Amino acid sequence: MSKANTIAPRDTAAPRNFGAILKELDWRRYVIYIGFVVVFLFFAVLLRDQGFLSPNNLLNIFRQTATITVIAVGMTYVIACAEIDLSVGSVAGLSSVCTAMALSQWGLVPGILAGLAVGLVVGSINGALVSLLGIPSFLVTLGMLGIAVGVAQWITASAPQPILNDTFNTVFGSGNFGPVPGLVVWSAIFVAIGAVVLNRTRFGRQVLATGGNRNAAEFTGINTKRIKFQVLLISGMVASVAGMLYAGRLQSGRFQWGSGDELSAIAAVILGGTSLFGGFGSIIGTLFGALLIGLINNGLILAGLDSSQQQVVRGAIIILAVALARKK
Amino acid sequence: MNTADNVVEMRSISKSFNGVPVLKDVSFDVRKGEVHALAGGNGAGKSTLMKILQGVYQAEAGEILIGGKPTAINSIQDAKAAGIGMVFQEFSLVPSLTVAQNIFLAAEPLGTGGLIDDRAAVRRAREVFSEMEVDVDPRAVVSRLGTAYWQLTEIAKALAQNAQVLIMDEPTASLARHESEALFELIDRLKQRGISIIYISHRMDEVYRLADRITILRDGRHLLTAALTDVTPEQIVEGIVGKKIEGQLSYRARDHEAHDGAPLLEVRGLNAGHRVRDVSFALRPGEILGLAGLMGSGRTELARALFGIDKIDSGEILLRGKKVNLGTPQQAINAGVALIPEDRRAQGLVLEHSVQDNLLLPLLGRIQRGPFLDGAKAKELSSSLIKRFAVKVAHPHRPVRLLSGGNQQKVVIAKWLGTDPDILILDEPTAGVDIGTKSEILDMIRELASAGKAVIVISSEYPELLAVSDRVLVVKDGSIIRDIPRSEIADEEYLQLAVQGV
Repeated sequence: MSKANTIAPRDTAAPRNFGAILKELDWRRYVIYIGFVVVFLFFAVLLRDQGFLSPNNLLNIFRQTATITVIAVGMTYVIACAEIDLSVGSVAGLSSVCTAMALSQWGLVPGILAGLAVGLVVGSINGALVSLLGIPSFLVTLGMLGIAVGVAQWITASAPQPILNDTFNTVFGSGNFGPVPGLVVWSAIFVAIGAVVLNRTRFGRQVLATGGNRNAAEFTGINTKRIKFQVLLISGMVASVAGMLYAGRLQSGRFQWGSGDELSAIAAVILGGTSLFGGFGSIIGTLFGALLIGLINNGLILAGLDSSQQQVVRGAIIILAVALARKK
Repeated sequence: MNTADNVVEMRSISKSFNGVPVLKDVSFDVRKGEVHALAGGNGAGKSTLMKILQGVYQAEAGEILIGGKPTAINSIQDAKAAGIGMVFQEFSLVPSLTVAQNIFLAAEPLGTGGLIDDRAAVRRAREVFSEMEVDVDPRAVVSRLGTAYWQLTEIAKALAQNAQVLIMDEPTASLARHESEALFELIDRLKQRGISIIYISHRMDEVYRLADRITILRDGRHLLTAALTDVTPEQIVEGIVGKKIEGQLSYRARDHEAHDGAPLLEVRGLNAGHRVRDVSFALRPGEILGLAGLMGSGRTELARALFGIDKIDSGEILLRGKKVNLGTPQQAINAGVALIPEDRRAQGLVLEHSVQDNLLLPLLGRIQRGPFLDGAKAKELSSSLIKRFAVKVAHPHRPVRLLSGGNQQKVVIAKWLGTDPDILILDEPTAGVDIGTKSEILDMIRELASAGKAVIVISSEYPELLAVSDRVLVVKDGSIIRDIPRSEIADEEYLQLAVQGV
């Protein structure tokens, strides 16, 4: 009896409450921001002589991450809905190719429409197969990854398709809006719209509910098939815009553009705190996840590591970050 | 009392979460070969106490004695080694494996060369089942078996690990009546073999049927431990709730004919799948209709068809005399129908999402401003729902998973009543809910009907059905076999016979 009383909770009320507050503050949710700052400071000190902090280099990081950021915004919706889209990288490649070919044939507007049509068609097929036939999105989009990149290579006979339209190149990637690179503006627009729609609209809430418990969402009157269709459509459309950003920045369409981006985008989304099992999503987290990857790439290049070493370090950092952010 | 008789003794256990005490100086003991009932309202601390005994949580103060010796239980493995087994409420079996594979999961008998000896596992599983005097095929794949067999497998799993104490948490919740009876007989046999059972249940009749002693917790404190022969059911209920419950569980004749006599809902010749066959009935505003039937009789499927989840093959549904098409839940909701599903965790809630998000999920249209959701409106609406339905929440932004079963159920009900439906269907609305919350829910149902709503209540608990229904439909093999006004039902016995089809 007396033993229990001596360690009664009341005796240590003050420090306990402080501890409780600290515990309440779930730092795991902020691991991406902490990680971003730590990695940034690390490079800032280590690489101060290599010009890491120069405005030009910092803008470069943003510019290089822009396409991944855009793709990852769409991917956040897919993963928050407990699905996956592996076809985004090849959709970007196919879209860059179709845009370039239609542009040289018919001009600016048809070029842009052709690029968007790629996303519309591929996204709709992915969505329809997943929601109507109930095939797992992993398999559907894995198949689509091959199909899209194959088509892109086939119709171009593996040749790059140059884009000579200056307006297109300026708007999609090469140009600046005042002092700000166009690519940065593009990713800012996607992040802003993505964040508002996910957090502040009915659709966003329904995506999270469908990912969190599809059964309960269904019983609540949410058409979960339509939601699954829509997230895959969004992901395809967003990836096709990313493809046009590649085309504009590199002034050509090529089937290799975007290859491997699906994995970088998934890494960015998971680093950003979106649950791989669905139900939770953070677009701002995704942005920082993508920036962190860009930061690491940039720092490692400046540090003079060769590309094989870069891959090893990048992989290790991603595993470390996800391990720190995991749930108890 | 001679402490040597105690297989388990928990002394002065205290535990708190985030500075909030949930157990305060609680002592609890179990004697060899006894059934000890553990009772208390939702949030009284029963599950926390049991989780400490199982090694899921560690007590902050107090000690645990196993067989009279102080024992540290810091993990589930420690608890197993100490002979404590748990029959989980949500079964902890791997559905794709066989019964024998599940029983010896992580403790597989090994043969030559360190490979698993499946034959030995099957043989030993047979031995365990024959000691239990039940007939289960150890080679059967678990996912193909019914819930009653899952439970037997769970019990066998614990016994195979030499458990001396079995914790059973609401073991009859998902069992049909004859399956429950078989379980009770098994418990009697286990008792005779010297196995002790800690029995957690909200059902008073089971406690009286099985238990030797009862311990009641209230608000994290130990209230009383007594032999069942020394306490009356009224004392137990009062102990759990903290106040006298007057007649909430007994029927009060309501003037349900005061409302407009035209039926709100009319169902004609409805067929859906195999479990709804040629069902016709009418429901008037202000009326509470009870659906009685065994599990699998088609009562849940009827509710699902009315709510647009299961496809309707033929027949008509009329709302206020007009034919309607309820092909999807969305259409049903728009027509003013709400369904509180039988499994709140799987179908009613997004467990990882906050209380507020769950409450507002069907109400998103009401908190919109332009295309956006309005945070201020959301907060206002959710806190008004929380208040109106007296949901006990620490914070509306914490995950709903952290709430007790009764409060989770209130969230599900609140979420649906927020849509202001005309027709409310409740499937097992009080399953796994303590008696205090239960009476609150039953009162809520009566109030809704008095306000002119039409209510359908599905329940396996006859006292509950009899307490609220104005009329009872008996469902068997997908069809309605009887339509009995409440006034003609003398007692539970009568209804039970009607359900059996006698």
